[in-house]
Amino acid sequence: MSDGAKGLTRQQMCDRLAMEFQDGWVVNLGIGIPTLCSNFDFGDKQIIFHAENGVIGYGPLTGAGREDLHLVNAGGQHVTLNPGAAIVHHADSFGMIRSGRIDVTVLGAYEVAENGDFANWKMAGQKGGGIGGAMDLAACAKHVFVAMEQVTRNGRPRLVERCAIPVTAKGVVDLVITNYGLFEITPEGMTLREIAPGVSVDEVKATTGCNLRIPREVPPVRVRG
Amino acid sequence: MPRSKIYPSFAAAVADIPDGSTIGFGGFAVIGMPINLYQALAEQGAKGLTCVSNGTRGGSTMPSDAPTLEWLIRNDQVKKVICSFTAPTRASQKLVFSEYYEKGLIDAELVPQGTLAERMRAAGAGIPAFYTPAAVGTELAEGRETRVFNGREYLLEEALPLDYAFIRAYHADAFGNLRFRRSQRNFNPLMAMAAKATIVEVEEDILPVGAIDPDDVHLPGIFVHRMVKIPPPPEGWWPQRPAEIAKQEAERSA
Repeated sequence: MSDGAKGLTRQQMCDRLAMEFQDGWVVNLGIGIPTLCSNFDFGDKQIIFHAENGVIGYGPLTGAGREDLHLVNAGGQHVTLNPGAAIVHHADSFGMIRSGRIDVTVLGAYEVAENGDFANWKMAGQKGGGIGGAMDLAACAKHVFVAMEQVTRNGRPRLVERCAIPVTAKGVVDLVITNYGLFEITPEGMTLREIAPGVSVDEVKATTGCNLRIPREVPPVRVRG
Repeated sequence: MPRSKIYPSFAAAVADIPDGSTIGFGGFAVIGMPINLYQALAEQGAKGLTCVSNGTRGGSTMPSDAPTLEWLIRNDQVKKVICSFTAPTRASQKLVFSEYYEKGLIDAELVPQGTLAERMRAAGAGIPAFYTPAAVGTELAEGRETRVFNGREYLLEEALPLDYAFIRAYHADAFGNLRFRRSQRNFNPLMAMAAKATIVEVEEDILPVGAIDPDDVHLPGIFVHRMVKIPPPPEGWWPQRPAEIAKQEAERSA
């Protein structure tokens, strides 16, 4: 958890990305930090959560003791179904992904490069990898958002010039939230859009491993609650 | 009258699986996983198996002593796995599979999950190969055939036919028409269609032919060859609530 570390909590990070979801969007959340996006209160917006295991329109996590033992999301967590939900098999689920029906996927990452490349399936020196649905999602979702810590456990930047470990997809990331701030990637490069309360611009620069465009005014990251 | 597809035991259903078979194991995060058939195959002992599955382990909705692909790996029955996960997703996690893989005792083919599903769908649909945008530009695509359609690059992937599919279903009739419940469907119908023979562990009592409305069949019986009704626990393996599992694990370690 970044809770206790500097800057935003993981829930605040996910809340900020969730604010970007538009009414009617089909949203796919990766395992790990991104699953927290579904805790956000979307108010009047209709958001349809798609899980790669073929659950379309799932709702909040199930309370202890009330789990449906036939129903989990992509992270293996027991969830509820919202009215209007549908179930499909894996080929149809990924058919929806490849044919562009997913408006945004939120994924975790080890590294994101300034050109929108990102890496999340293979740690340095590891044999094998954990891809899951990330390559299909990253290649095909209309938007790719990343939620990750600003630095590694050893304090090395995760926002980098070029990924040092094998990439999941090239040039696909639009928006990155870390505990230090919100970063947008455009053809011009990476821009600091919002900064976490209690974090200085110098601290962001010192922990970022690539060129970062910093507007004259950087507003604080919007948080709720 | 054709031979009945209903088998009296898991052991009987897997008795003739030969060494060297390619077997698809259905399920996603335990749901729809053929837990009882894993145990039967571990006891049957077929070797040199190529195992196709989303990952190499079980999940949190199953007791840690329940059968998974790890039982076959520990039993030296597995030659190769074809999975979308062949490494832990957290540094703290250790996979039984990794011990064997790192020593070179098991081969592995790592496949993006949607490609894995589509390769089996293609095998079951009579399609030898297809192009997909997944994995383009990554290490997985190095040295492989790609082609540009409408200005976008796609990677050639081949169908993945199976000798056997081992799956779990909710409802079955005696002809083998199946229904799955909630996220139990996942890879299961695709693996059945890709396989020469499909073996199903069935949760509810097997119904008379015709008891499932034709419009409600998720997988037609022509893809299903053998079925076994799962006995109630403790004889049969069933997913459990996280709290029940935690309680059992605490009792075991006490």
